[in-house]
Amino acid sequence: MTTSELAARVQASAKYQELTRKRTRFGWTLTVAMLIAYFGYVSLIAFDKALLAKPVGDGIISWGVPIGFGLIVFTVTITGLYVWRANAEFDALTKAIVDEAAQ
Amino acid sequence: MRARNLLAAAALFLPLPALAAAIEGQTQRQPTNWTAIAMFAGFVALTLAITRWAAKRTHTVADFYAAGGGVTGFQNGLAIAGDYMSAASFLGISAQIFTDGYDGLIYSIGFLVGWPILMFLMAEKLRNLGRFTFADVASFRFAQPAVRSFAAFSTLTVVAFYLIAQMVGAGQLIKLLFGLPYGSAVAIVGVLMIFYVLFGGMKATTWVQITKAVLLLGGASFMSVMVMAKVGFSPESLFMRAVQVKTDLATATGLDPVAAAAKGRSIMGPGNFIKDPISAISFGMALMFGTAGLPHILMRFFTVPNAREARKSVLWATVWIGYFYLLTFIIGFGAIVLVASDPQYLDAAGALLGGGNMAAIHLAKAVGGDVFLGFISAVAFATILAVVSGLTLSGASAISHDLYATVFCKSAADSGAELRVSRITTVVLGVFAILLGVVFEKQNIAFMVSLAFALAASGNFPVLLLSLLWKGCTTRGAVVGGFAGLLTALVLMILSPSIWVTVLHHEKAIFPYTSPAIFSMAVAFLTIWLVSLLDNSPRALIDRAGFDEQRVRSETGIGASVAAGH
Repeated sequence: MTTSELAARVQASAKYQELTRKRTRFGWTLTVAMLIAYFGYVSLIAFDKALLAKPVGDGIISWGVPIGFGLIVFTVTITGLYVWRANAEFDALTKAIVDEAAQ
Repeated sequence: MRARNLLAAAALFLPLPALAAAIEGQTQRQPTNWTAIAMFAGFVALTLAITRWAAKRTHTVADFYAAGGGVTGFQNGLAIAGDYMSAASFLGISAQIFTDGYDGLIYSIGFLVGWPILMFLMAEKLRNLGRFTFADVASFRFAQPAVRSFAAFSTLTVVAFYLIAQMVGAGQLIKLLFGLPYGSAVAIVGVLMIFYVLFGGMKATTWVQITKAVLLLGGASFMSVMVMAKVGFSPESLFMRAVQVKTDLATATGLDPVAAAAKGRSIMGPGNFIKDPISAISFGMALMFGTAGLPHILMRFFTVPNAREARKSVLWATVWIGYFYLLTFIIGFGAIVLVASDPQYLDAAGALLGGGNMAAIHLAKAVGGDVFLGFISAVAFATILAVVSGLTLSGASAISHDLYATVFCKSAADSGAELRVSRITTVVLGVFAILLGVVFEKQNIAFMVSLAFALAASGNFPVLLLSLLWKGCTTRGAVVGGFAGLLTALVLMILSPSIWVTVLHHEKAIFPYTSPAIFSMAVAFLTIWLVSLLDNSPRALIDRAGFDEQRVRSETGIGASVAAGH
């Protein structure tokens, strides 16, 4: 079997369709979430600087600190979320597709 | 206790920090710092041992470019972090926080947010499609010579600007830290880097980067813990004291109490870093998408055995880089509290000894004495070595793998000849890097780095993304669009205030924004789209027909090459 025949066969399989559909949708959803979070943060600064400088409660710490730190934690978490689902779900699907193709 | 006395005794024999008054300029040469030099010599000895070990295991091009594909996801994540966290981030961002407070955090967040994007859209596909360079991926279904030539050109351009920034930074830093003259500092960096890459290839580069990442993260963690210990582990008290120091400094310049208090408080919120919304978003785009287009970073994805490990690499890299930027924030504020108020680190005019970038270095002394100062200085130097090695390897692979083996020999070069070419290129690039470092001594480093990111975001990123995800993309579209993006970014940078006004002394900048990315990325995407759409050449049919096969391999890894090519 040539590689293009193999590719055509894989492409026709229901599992492959499922994998690409799910992963593409998941990947883009997270991408959009990340874009909104980051450019939201940048726009917040660009349009209303005073807001982030406002103290939280009556302390010295401004809203900018928890929001900035929160964005860092969000970035790491969302990356971890992708890995978590890929390990649990996408890898199993991929393995099934590869096994199927090898038959 | 005993060890402490020994250290204290050793410290007596060390040169005291410069107490000379009225130091000016960004990089005043410091008295020779022997602890730092000894620590650094230790690091060099260790990395040379690594290089010797790696050299014995580097026989094929796969070893040289991709460490034989035998790096694990965790190791690669650390190496990526080591490749990415430059001395400019460590010293530059902590210095920015030291001066302006919160603005430094905005800057560092920009360097982090590209990683998830790289993960969600590209990382696994990159590993499944490529062998050694990102051009393997970008040219997968296209006419090889054209796309490879674009990729090599773009890689060399990005690498050149990034390399100049690192070499200049290295020279100034070493002059500062070790008291060596600028020229010899640049030469030392160049020669060591040639050594690592020439003999140890990607294996040595990877382990140098891992070693550096561990040292840098360890050093920065220690510094942050010490800072927090000094303020009783209370963030409130850290920020309170920092604001107090800034207020006192403002009062000392003759401001009235209300204005001084406002100035002190200003470090808790965004300052002048973000000016107009367009500059802000454009700069954010350059950092975010530039990360996903840096050739030396993309190259690291071919060192792991499969897509699963590639995924893990990104997660670990994001964890370490995110953690590191949290630390730099504490370090920057710690420096305000402990360094800005202490006359031993200041000159008569109240400016930081040795220039603005020294904030983290002085803080090292404030929290850990001379020995820790030496350690952090050596780590800063090691940082540069790790980054320039990765850059040089990436530049060498663009010439030997993309241009020589694929375009010039039409993919018929034997492994031995290709390896020889990449080694010769490594030496040539190393010598070039030294010369560029000397020629561009006065260049603004931050500007060069932001230019490299803008170019990567405007050339490599659009080409890579559309070749991976859009069936309609053709050879002609990718090449024309890629060059259009690169050129637009370059021209707009020249017309921007940083060059048009500062360097060329024109009255007013033609392009008023700080970063071109929002425009140049749009030009790249639109051009690729339009040219591909109108492309009726016979080649375009082959390009589009190749998409399904490429997609199957990129999604499943079926047919993916394993870098181990023994």
